[in-house]
Amino acid sequence: MKKNESYEEFIKGVWRDNPVFAQVLGMCPMLAVTNSAINAVAMGMATLFVLVGSSFLVSSFRNWIPKQVRISCFIIIIATFVTIADYTLLALVPKVHKELGAFIPLIVANCLILGRQEAFASRYPTRLAVMDAIGMAVGFLVALLSLGIVREILGDGALFGVKLFSENFEPWVIMILPPGGFLTLGVILLFFNWFKFKKDEFLEDVAEAERSGS
Amino acid sequence: MKKSDPDLLLFHAPLLRQGMTTPKVMRDVLIALAPATAASMWFFGLSAILILGACIGGAVAAEWLFADRQARSDSLRDASGILTGLLLGLTLPPGLPLWMAFLGGFVGIALGKVIWGGLGHNLFNPALLGRAFLLATFPIAMTTWVPAVTEGGFLQIYPGNLALPFMQAQIDAMSSATPLGMLKFESEVTPLTDLMLGNVSGSLGETSGLLLLLGGVYLWLRRDLDWRIPVSILLTVVVFSAVLGLFDAARFPTPLFSVFSGGLLLGAIYMATDPVTSPVTPKGTWIFGIGTGVLVMLIRVFGGLPEGVMYAILLMNAATPLIDRYTQPRVFGRGGDTK
Repeated sequence: MKKNESYEEFIKGVWRDNPVFAQVLGMCPMLAVTNSAINAVAMGMATLFVLVGSSFLVSSFRNWIPKQVRISCFIIIIATFVTIADYTLLALVPKVHKELGAFIPLIVANCLILGRQEAFASRYPTRLAVMDAIGMAVGFLVALLSLGIVREILGDGALFGVKLFSENFEPWVIMILPPGGFLTLGVILLFFNWFKFKKDEFLEDVAEAERSGS
Repeated sequence: MKKSDPDLLLFHAPLLRQGMTTPKVMRDVLIALAPATAASMWFFGLSAILILGACIGGAVAAEWLFADRQARSDSLRDASGILTGLLLGLTLPPGLPLWMAFLGGFVGIALGKVIWGGLGHNLFNPALLGRAFLLATFPIAMTTWVPAVTEGGFLQIYPGNLALPFMQAQIDAMSSATPLGMLKFESEVTPLTDLMLGNVSGSLGETSGLLLLLGGVYLWLRRDLDWRIPVSILLTVVVFSAVLGLFDAARFPTPLFSVFSGGLLLGAIYMATDPVTSPVTPKGTWIFGIGTGVLVMLIRVFGGLPEGVMYAILLMNAATPLIDRYTQPRVFGRGGDTK
């Protein structure tokens, strides 16, 4: 039962309540750094680290954090992890760090992270909070990656820096510019909602059939 | 109606019917564009037919794909998709790869029309939206112009047209600048007769000013177009460039050059007048037209691009709901002086 519960928290973030496709949170890094798949992965990993770390701490300290100053406490915890992520990326992959630029420090301001602390980590036991954080962060990573892959293939003719087409490939310049991010995200959201709509319709049909059958 | 006894005829309102339906209007616009289309075929040969065909194909494909299954034949029959494709095609350079033209038509209908809820709900002109997408996506291919009259005659195809999907067009050695580009970057003025007849390089439909005007007059006679919009746009452009000419006649374009160069006539007559994306009130149409004209001249003279008709119209499209709201006439019996 307990295992099931944490699995539920995990899968919720990946699919049903996906931070990008269902909640439309964290749009700033979503649109800004997804012009290549490698940037998307780096941003996703950094966010995963920050979210899991701060969810763990916030959830562990949830009974000691005074209610009146909880937001500033969350921010301090988040900022600590963001600083760690920032310097780690700088040390390991300086090129990617340079391309992501200001968007790594800006993870502090990602409403997905603060939102999870406020809505989940500060109210639930540590194990569930960590599962929730992993789920949400993986969902975010999946979303970043799906945008990054589409944009890099169309905008650069490559995937993770490997050229997929011959020399003559005509790059879609718009795809590596901000409008391309909006367009791709819009199209993906369109399909996500369409899928959800179809699923609801199907479930309704099934319920209808069951009711008339019994 | 066949009953002979007039006393027994029973009708309910509306008794007067206007014969104007969407398909009819669309068909009229297509007829009006026919001379300019024929001219583009004359100047650019088979390439013009291929490009226009690819655009129309893309537009109709999007229309078919995204239409509601029950309403599919309706939305195809009103010819608005064909018109969008044709208008888009007329704004494209003749040497553009066909797959890009197809993509432009597809995006124009999908993002410009269907996604807003179909015909009548779109905020922006679909054809121009498709072109804006193409210009932002393929800036080099979209600004590579080829000379109008080719030696190979009608059957010649520009090599750029036949690029494989997702592949680049070979850069044409004989590319040439448009009249506006020549003015902006080389300070070279094109003779006015060439501009009027269309013997210049440029996009398919923007070359022959007189034929575009002819179509506009036809549309005006058929009451398919609000004359205020093209008139106010053209007047604004004429006044604007005349005033500029007072300061420095050599540097700025003459009024007639401004009117007949680039896509101004095509945009002012066929695109700005799109009834869906332009204001409905008479006062609003004047504001819309003057705003478009001013933006065109600002972009052309002071902006970084040689041509600004597309962005001018798209910007004014965005302002249209606001214009409509502020120019709404007072409802009879409401408002006014309250003592």
